[in-house]
Amino acid sequence: MPVTKAEAAAAEPPQAPHPAPSRTRRQLYEARQRRRSLGIAALSTGAVILFLVVLIPMAPGWGAVKRSFFDGEVFAQTFPGLLQAFLLDVAIFAWCAPAIALLGLAIALCRDVRAPALYPLRLFGIVFTDIFRGLPVILVIYLIGFGVPGLGLPRPWNSPYIWGSLALMLVYSAYVAEVIRSGIEGVHASQRAAAASLGLSDADTMRFVVLPQALRRVVPANMNLFIALQKDVALLSFIGPVEIFRQAGVYKSLLANFTPYVGAALIFLAITIPATRYADYLMTRQARART
Amino acid sequence: MARLELKRVTKAFGDNVVLDGIDLDVGEGEMVCLIGASGSGKSTLLRCINLLEPIDDGAILLDGDDISEPGRDPRPVRERIGIVFQAYNLFPHMTAAENVMLAPRRVKGLDREALEGPVTALFERFGLSDRMGHYPDQLSGGQQQRVAIVRALAMEPEIMLFDEITSALDPELVGEVLDVLRDLRGQGMTMVLATHEMGFARELASKVCFLHGGRILEQGPPREIFAAPAHERTRAFLRRVL
Ligand SMILES: Nc1ncnc2c1ncn2[C@@H]1O[C@H](COP(=O)(O)OP(=O)(O)OP(=O)(O)O)[C@@H](O)[C@H]1O
Ligand SMILES: [Mg+2]
Repeated sequence: MPVTKAEAAAAEPPQAPHPAPSRTRRQLYEARQRRRSLGIAALSTGAVILFLVVLIPMAPGWGAVKRSFFDGEVFAQTFPGLLQAFLLDVAIFAWCAPAIALLGLAIALCRDVRAPALYPLRLFGIVFTDIFRGLPVILVIYLIGFGVPGLGLPRPWNSPYIWGSLALMLVYSAYVAEVIRSGIEGVHASQRAAAASLGLSDADTMRFVVLPQALRRVVPANMNLFIALQKDVALLSFIGPVEIFRQAGVYKSLLANFTPYVGAALIFLAITIPATRYADYLMTRQARART
Repeated sequence: MARLELKRVTKAFGDNVVLDGIDLDVGEGEMVCLIGASGSGKSTLLRCINLLEPIDDGAILLDGDDISEPGRDPRPVRERIGIVFQAYNLFPHMTAAENVMLAPRRVKGLDREALEGPVTALFERFGLSDRMGHYPDQLSGGQQQRVAIVRALAMEPEIMLFDEITSALDPELVGEVLDVLRDLRGQGMTMVLATHEMGFARELASKVCFLHGGRILEQGPPREIFAAPAHERTRAFLRRVL
């Protein structure tokens, strides 16, 4: 039998190891490169910051802008109140999020039903997602938040909290439903076949085989949606609730200064930046796991 | 009488006629091997028997009972006929043991305690007792396929179908999976398998069927098919793969 070169080489006894250098040539080279790139990155970042710090204050309106947007005293005076108001944003988020998760899941499942008798459910799923993904959030908030209480409902039922939250729930569950549905479709067809071949019913296949895999996959995408939700809660201020954005507006009128908006922005960022970073981290980890 | 009988089974995907009148008998305790070029319809035939694909015409009889009748609930049939695919068999989010227990629990309504004994015994029988708590991605390809076989066996099927279960494996892992089939053969399990492992088919099959152009061009005991194929096409195929 002919023996290929590779086979012959593989058959040779392993060479006696060289006295291993503490680091290979390649590692040394890469370490040098890394130091070099780090140095360059630091230098160029420093240059840009210097440029901004020097240039911006040279702008003719800088003095005015600094007074009205970056007033330390106003900041210190309004920040606790803004934080207080932000608790309302968090509360609205906290009661909307679970409802959105459940409704989104339900609608995703509606769109997946196969039985002809349940076709209306499927149709409902399609119409629902089409409508609420197709409208600007603020429009839905106006229509539902002003429209429904306008029917002359009795006291607790005309609250903008209820109808504003409902508007957010409808819009966001449409997005969540689409994300979940893409996750369901992303589960390989052979998984359904394997489940069916074992005699599992369609419902059990969905519940035990498809959904757990689909939901795991869409965690990062859904996290991004919930981050967007936390920001969009501020839109409810347009129909009444005095949450952080509205509170910042109140301070602005009171003190004739825009610094409270900057404070509000910082508070939002304190929540959203770590959350987006975490979602990105999950996303890259997942992308790596799949390859 | 044959346990499983295929009569003039026809199946097309659009204009592509994949099965064009397949006749096949599988007797109790027999191991039937389907061989044939890629695309000759081996997988399709197995999927049709398991009712994962509806057939267009003909009939599939299980103990004389037509299981291919349109509109019939496939699930009772699938409880009696197990199948293992080439790859992507296991549910990646469940441990090996959970994979195996899911169908007995949900389909047969058995509870965890009742299953513990027999499932552990199955894992032991196939040399997997230390792998029960592992997730599929923590198992080698060979171990995954063995767990997939255990999962199908846990439903206590009367007939097992295997669709090229070794062809996605590294060569050094093929042996351990074939050993499982050998074991089942020894136990008298009725089996139909699509395979590229000609040596294995020659050693163990009761009958080898050569698929070509949607038909079984030639079938018979491995001695005959491998030693003295009647058809030129069979000869050409065997020349290529042996
Ligand atoms: N779901 C499907 N839709 C359309 N065509 C299909 C489908 N499944 C199989 N086919 C076609 O049917 C033919 C037979 O495929 P099949 O997978 O049964 O062949 P095979 O003998 O198992 O081949 P291999 O040895 O490569 O596994 C091929 O032409 C394939 O393209
Ligand atoms: Mg195949």
